[in-house]
Amino acid sequence: MERTGGQRPSLGAFVARYGRWLIILPPLAFLAVFFLIPFGFALKISFAEAALRIPPFTEVWTVTPDHHLHFAPSLANYKYLLTDEVYAVSYFYSIRTAFFSTLICLLIGYPMAYAMARSSKATQGILMLVIILPFWTSFLLRVYALEGIIRDNGLLNTALLWLGVIDHPLKIMRTTFAVYLGIVYSYLPFMVLPLYATLEKLDLTLLEAASDLGSRPWRAFVDVTLPLSMPGVIAGSMLVFIPAVGEYVIPALLGGPDNLMIGRVLWDEFFANHDWPVAAAVSIAFLVLLAGPIALHQHYRVGQMEH
Amino acid sequence: MGTRPSTFLISVLCLGIAFLYLPMAALVGYSFNASALASVWGGFSTQWYVALLHNRQVLSAAGLSLEIAVLASTGALVLGTLAATALVRFRKFRGRLLLTGMVNAPLVMPEIITGITQLLLFVSMLQLIGWPARGVTTVVLAHIAFCTAYVTVTVQSRLQSADRSLEEAAMDLGATPFRAFMDVTLPIIAPALVSSWLLSFTLSLDDLVISSFVSGPRSSTLPMVIYSKVKLGVSPDINALATLIIAIVGSCVLVAGYLVRRGERQRLADAQLAAG
Repeated sequence: MERTGGQRPSLGAFVARYGRWLIILPPLAFLAVFFLIPFGFALKISFAEAALRIPPFTEVWTVTPDHHLHFAPSLANYKYLLTDEVYAVSYFYSIRTAFFSTLICLLIGYPMAYAMARSSKATQGILMLVIILPFWTSFLLRVYALEGIIRDNGLLNTALLWLGVIDHPLKIMRTTFAVYLGIVYSYLPFMVLPLYATLEKLDLTLLEAASDLGSRPWRAFVDVTLPLSMPGVIAGSMLVFIPAVGEYVIPALLGGPDNLMIGRVLWDEFFANHDWPVAAAVSIAFLVLLAGPIALHQHYRVGQMEH
Repeated sequence: MGTRPSTFLISVLCLGIAFLYLPMAALVGYSFNASALASVWGGFSTQWYVALLHNRQVLSAAGLSLEIAVLASTGALVLGTLAATALVRFRKFRGRLLLTGMVNAPLVMPEIITGITQLLLFVSMLQLIGWPARGVTTVVLAHIAFCTAYVTVTVQSRLQSADRSLEEAAMDLGATPFRAFMDVTLPIIAPALVSSWLLSFTLSLDDLVISSFVSGPRSSTLPMVIYSKVKLGVSPDINALATLIIAIVGSCVLVAGYLVRRGERQRLADAQLAAG
């Protein structure tokens, strides 16, 4: 084991000096090329125009015959986004849907996380597994499973008809309610887990102190527990809100034709209309819109990781 | 927290868990239904599983998805472990903030944006350097990118809690940093490596949106085939397929959970032994 010292000083010195870059560089370079740089290409192509060629858009940079680089960005796609109201409507609709779904997730998820955090240590381990397990099973299959419950001839309607509660099937599929239900069903674990992580670490003596000082349980919750659990509330809400805004599968499978979420518009622009530059412009505009929530999430995560 | 939760809290928790599990339980039940109609119970039958075995399209898509998932999760495991090591062990380096941002952003980036931007990259790269053609390669590369994020976060938290002094002791005894890492640190973070590989595997196996954008004409993955079938309406053999996937993934998770717990107990026992 002591051979590295004397026999190969040059290699040893090289590793000592640059070795850390052998560790840092591969993930840094890979993520830069395959995650970060793609946004640059999307930005570039958002200034191109759709064309009947492969790939289906015009060049933004061209070299003229006299070897001058010619830069001809077209703002047509962004103008189009502002004039065609389907984009404004779907942006607004996506934000509203994501906002209310996140709120419902929070209202259901908070008591769940609170109950988990107050259970015995052994139960906590099992409950963690129970909450995480759905996250591991296919997202697509879970949405499909939910469809089996809420379909016109699904389990819920069959049961209610059999019980005589209703005399004709409830129309849930292809409604806005189905989209909410789908998002809450799919993203609830994302809300519960960060909340549980925060609540579990909470110092119970603070609550006891509050009640010793005569606080009612409800007041102690509002004054002590809730403010202390804010990091979990923010983390959970961002984990639900951000992907929910861009959701495609849920509105496509459960929603009706008027549930125009931006993910669906983007998908159609790409696969049905084959207008890549407009799709790129929609993505860039969408990203700008999400910059706030993503920055909030990053700030929280990075702060937590640097601890 | 010690005090018992109230009845209200317990009932919300139970209802929430029921809400999460009931649809999947119903799906498993439907998969054994002899009737193709969801609302009628036609008796117990395994006919949909038999039908599945003869569905070439599903079988070849499943094979392709498994291949992609193994490649992507292995690649992500290597890159993610390196990234986690860099972030935990090197306090300051050029690009630290960039790396931190790039391992966290994919966790929340809407898949549809990641998919579109990556497709635009692959198309531009193909035009500029003639590589990569859309197909398995592009899907694997795209999956590695988002799985690396999950691996990094999982391994990072494990590395942070690992006792640095053990590794330092090994180096004091003459081990090179590499040997010390391999012999001392690697066994400690092994459970995190196993669980993050399995997590990447299931995430890759499950991905629909990103794959739809970056895959080529003859590389339809399993979720893409399932989606197109589901979109057309109910097909009972999808219930059977879903049941199989849930069973496989469920047992993977239980095994991973068991391994992590056993590793934890072993570590505690070792620590007590060392202290005693």
